[in-house]
Amino acid sequence: MTPGEISFLADLARRRSGVVIDADKSYIIESRLAPIARKHGFITLSELVSDLQQRQDETLIWAAVEALASTETQFFRDRTPFQQIAAEVLPAFARKGRQTVRAWCAGCSTGQEPYSLAILAEEERGKHGPMRMEISGADISERCLEKAIAGIYTQFEVQRGLPSRLLIKYFDKVDDHWMLSGRIRQAVQLQRQNLLTDINGAGPFDLVLCRNVISAFDPAIARQVLEQISGVLAPDGYLVMGAYETTAHHSPAFRAVPGLRGLYTRDPNHRAAA
Amino acid sequence: MRTCLVVDDSRVVRKVSRRILEEIGFDVAEAADGMEALAWCRTAMPTAILLDWNMPVMDGLEFLVQLRREPGGQAPVVVFCSVESDPEHISRALDAGASEYIMKPFDSDIIECKFGEAGLL
Repeated sequence: MTPGEISFLADLARRRSGVVIDADKSYIIESRLAPIARKHGFITLSELVSDLQQRQDETLIWAAVEALASTETQFFRDRTPFQQIAAEVLPAFARKGRQTVRAWCAGCSTGQEPYSLAILAEEERGKHGPMRMEISGADISERCLEKAIAGIYTQFEVQRGLPSRLLIKYFDKVDDHWMLSGRIRQAVQLQRQNLLTDINGAGPFDLVLCRNVISAFDPAIARQVLEQISGVLAPDGYLVMGAYETTAHHSPAFRAVPGLRGLYTRDPNHRAAA
Repeated sequence: MRTCLVVDDSRVVRKVSRRILEEIGFDVAEAADGMEALAWCRTAMPTAILLDWNMPVMDGLEFLVQLRREPGGQAPVVVFCSVESDPEHISRALDAGASEYIMKPFDSDIIECKFGEAGLL
């Protein structure tokens, strides 16, 4: 691809989804777009780009924008956040007598994160009083959501992050794949949402997981998304960020929970701009 | 240094496993079947055992049952690594005292994840 084509795609992704693409990593763009080009009958990526430029077809534009975002995820990714939710967050809500904890995974990709929460909720059932969790997940990618809703994962995917004990407890083997039990699938509501434009009206949530999403965004957009997340987070709710992320550079709306990695609460002194 | 005993009748699998395990900080020893592995353990119990299921002479499950009866045989953390990938096999392995179960084919990512789950990292 030419530098012009790469900058066109980077600009498209930034405007439509807020995702920043490193123009130096053209191989990432190429590997993510190749399936889209094939599916729509283009021989080369240049052909795909010139069609995007000329026809401005919204379906194709969104297919490309969705494909350009990273979909990397895994069950119980980084483990610590889930241990903290079980050991700190749920007991904190239980002490307040909370019976329902509403959790939202913002940018849930192919579903491993909300399903991990649903499995955690099952495993924790009865340990925090009569508490139940309501779990929802949102992602911009139609393709990812389709996979998430199906709840069917490859042997490779179920071996990253998921203990074998939980695999045989919550999944059924179907041919070469593993299918989540209906009980876990039904515990999670999934829908397509663009974090740039569709957050308002959601919530309030007691727990928002937005992990490894913000760091792909343009800084101004990251700030805007975090502001909106603070607007849908309950006053005593928690935000969970990715292992290498922090709200600090982006938003004054949150403050870190001392001693717990990646966990944030709303800063009561911050007044939302909106 | 912590030792991991790789028990597999395939020399290729042992070689691949060795490379991955050495990279995550283990000293690696090899055995080609359960009987060899048992002899190795009677000399010195390893920290971890990466264990194939189907092998000649003595298979993985039989080895695990025997191992747990040996003096000090409760200590090694056992991670199965087998082509058998049905829930029944996984369940039997965990019931017999394995900490984790890897379904072949595997890569370094999966070994690292599973050793992490087993508390070995």
